[in-house]
Amino acid sequence: MTLKKQDVENIAHLARLAINQADIPSYVQNLSDILALVEQMGAIDTEGVTPMAHPLDAVQRLRPDIVSESNQRDYFQQIAPQTEAGLYLVPKVIE
Amino acid sequence: MKWEVVIGLEIHAQLATKSKIFSGASTAYGAEANTQACAVDLGLPGVLPVLNAEAVRMAAKFGLAIGANVARRSIFARKNYFYPDLPKGYQISQYELPIVEKGQIEIGLEDGVTKLIGITRAHLEEDAGKSLHEDFHGLTGIDLNRAGTPLLEIVSEPDMRSAQEAVAYMKKIHSLVRYLDICDGNMQEGSFRCDANVSIRPQGQQRLGTRAELKNINSFRFVERAINVEIERQIDVIEAGGEVRQETRLYDANKNETRTMRAKEEANDYRYFPDPDLLPVVLDEKYLDEVRATLPELPDQKQHRFEDEFNLSAYDASVLTASLETADYFEQVVKLTNEPKLSANWIMGDLLGALNKNDLGIEQSPVSADRLGGMIKRIADKTISGKIAKAVFDAMWQGDATADAIIASKGLQQITDSGAIEKMIDDIIANNPQQVAQYKSGKDKVFGFFVGQVMKQSKGKANPQQVNELLKHKLK
Repeated sequence: MTLKKQDVENIAHLARLAINQADIPSYVQNLSDILALVEQMGAIDTEGVTPMAHPLDAVQRLRPDIVSESNQRDYFQQIAPQTEAGLYLVPKVIE
Repeated sequence: MKWEVVIGLEIHAQLATKSKIFSGASTAYGAEANTQACAVDLGLPGVLPVLNAEAVRMAAKFGLAIGANVARRSIFARKNYFYPDLPKGYQISQYELPIVEKGQIEIGLEDGVTKLIGITRAHLEEDAGKSLHEDFHGLTGIDLNRAGTPLLEIVSEPDMRSAQEAVAYMKKIHSLVRYLDICDGNMQEGSFRCDANVSIRPQGQQRLGTRAELKNINSFRFVERAINVEIERQIDVIEAGGEVRQETRLYDANKNETRTMRAKEEANDYRYFPDPDLLPVVLDEKYLDEVRATLPELPDQKQHRFEDEFNLSAYDASVLTASLETADYFEQVVKLTNEPKLSANWIMGDLLGALNKNDLGIEQSPVSADRLGGMIKRIADKTISGKIAKAVFDAMWQGDATADAIIASKGLQQITDSGAIEKMIDDIIANNPQQVAQYKSGKDKVFGFFVGQVMKQSKGKANPQQVNELLKHKLK
């Protein structure tokens, strides 16, 4: 599979990455090469093999439903750029 | 052109766990902002999610109750998108291998018709935080207390053909999660909310039309209205030669209209992949048997029992079992009165009517089951008539006296002394010779006049059957 310039722009937008227009051709090339490598695996016969959901052959452990956390708001908010009335403040998201 | 409406619902039910789905922070509603958002909920570096056993158990319970496959193995996936109330940049949800697949539920429609609605899947996921768009100097405030609250997203098949069916389905799911005690069902607090996928197609066409998704509808009334407005909009668009766009729309209750929130193509590229922080959830037969053993009597079972045990109509039984609270209230009243039909009539009529008018749930009823039962006993033993009972009911609604106290203090006992009633009737016959003559000449309608006169003189306290019988006898 070969990516187009537009695919790279779309991926960058979804990941909220700012990229230089000048760098796009090399991204197109590198990402296409990675996909080509992955595509080679398509040749393997996986008939009857259960898809793996996790590399470890283990089962999720469950936690009892107990409240174990206490309020540490002031501590966490020390690293927030801006807070008010206990809220984290962020740039406006809707007009 | 005749249009067929196609509706599928996605219901988000907040699971009633004490702690969050992946962290030990409290899920209690109404806490001060961000006091219940721990390092895991904030998505701080280095934290790991650990799944809440109770959330899994509740999801399995739901699956068993709708006759679905509860997956022996299910997995969690990351749904990637950026929004400030989603600190990790992804929501942990389920995509492939959800915990519940392929169930169904029966809804009751008008005139006793029922319909099966398919449930495609129900999956576990975490809720996001809340964005407060009030003006914080041009900024948005973020409260992450809700982030990480466990949700069960229940996805229906596109099986509904009208807004009424959609409401009936939503009510049925609401009733079920309440019966199962897995969700508090509080729609004002957002514990139970719904998105509706709505499309239309020409009658008889197989292929589905393009759908619009209506987001975050949080009341039964709004679901019906939002869907109906959206249907009208789509018909207008198509009949004017346009095309319905696939998009997310928001219902504005004040303007009673839906409007574009975002177009689907730019929003829906979530790049799901299995969450490497979580292992597959494996449930064995023994576990599912244990959960099955905890299933309570479900709404449909209760309805059938009410029909059999209390000899109620299917309609009465369905109304009384629609909510667990109503069903419990009814059973308590019947236990006191041993009068199922009379109790059903009073609960479904005057009580539910008054509660609706005052926007109250039955659990908030000013008239307790004990007090209503006390009054119904007095109707049954003919101490008061049904008409007088309405006055007693009003007095119970206003205050906290028992029916017996109200009857005694206001002197509302029925007059059953036939001597006293006969005396009244004799007077009335003597004073109204003209009406007596009319009646005797065959005008049966005049009979009502005499009944009215007796009731008036007795201030409504004469026993109506007795009045009827005595009048018939005297006017012969």
